[in-house]
Amino acid sequence: MRLSELANPSHFNALTERVLPWLVVATMLAFALGLYQALFVAPDDYQQGATVKIMFIHVPSAWLGMMGWALMSASALGTLVWRHPLADVAMKTAAPIGAAFTLICLVTGALWGRPTWGTYWVWDARLTSVLILFLMYLGVIALWRTVEDPSRAARAAAVLTLVGAVNLPIIKFSVDWWNTLHQPASVLRLGGSTIYPTILVPLLIMAVAFTLLFVTLHLSAMRNELLRRRVRTLRLMRAAAANP
Amino acid sequence: MFPMDLGPHAGFIVAAYAIALAVVAGLIAWIVLDHRAQVRILEDLERAGIRSRSDARDELP
Repeated sequence: MRLSELANPSHFNALTERVLPWLVVATMLAFALGLYQALFVAPDDYQQGATVKIMFIHVPSAWLGMMGWALMSASALGTLVWRHPLADVAMKTAAPIGAAFTLICLVTGALWGRPTWGTYWVWDARLTSVLILFLMYLGVIALWRTVEDPSRAARAAAVLTLVGAVNLPIIKFSVDWWNTLHQPASVLRLGGSTIYPTILVPLLIMAVAFTLLFVTLHLSAMRNELLRRRVRTLRLMRAAAANP
Repeated sequence: MFPMDLGPHAGFIVAAYAIALAVVAGLIAWIVLDHRAQVRILEDLERAGIRSRSDARDELP
């Protein structure tokens, strides 16, 4: 199947039906391995003790919260520039999933911060920019629910998404640009990771598991959205037939 | 008996994992229930004889 054929919703649905069962199995296996490594194999941190185990869900959630918005931004370009039929479906359905992962990031960060920093929250650049990301997700979801016509909603949401993409480099580099309580980058950085392999490997396995979960949920949500649009079309046809 | 010693901050660790699990479970439940609802509505519409042009075209010999 060529990539351009995925523009056809029925081809996309057929592919999704084939791929989803494998993705579900791969996600469950990755989580089983990742959680075993994180909870039973990875050692405690020499300073933080066992609270470092929160990192195995906090960091992948943070990455996916940002990845969700990056995916929405690429889809927004697909909507505005190429008018790809599935681009706005991908953009709309990524929003609640990205919001959920950002919420997990914020809550687990607060629960990690209290024993480590002595506080649940500070208004520093990293924490505040991630909170702004979460609020932007809520704004985009609200926009989709406010405008009834999907194509009009898509254009408005695409513009808002592209404007909001400015926040992604701010989140990433906030710990370098400003003095923050949050630690600097320790995995994705020039010069390599500063985390010892016994903790880094479980973290990367959990990151793969979370990514597989995101992809599985996103494809499923896209399939639901295509069904919802089909329902809308049929209802409009029924209304037109009832009022010729 | 919990198999791991999570130290003096066990409550924070357990709460973090429990909340993450609850949020992910909520997402999965929302997607599964939404799928069932959309399929049911589509079946009702098709049972009522509402078909799109592409459906009619697919059924041509």
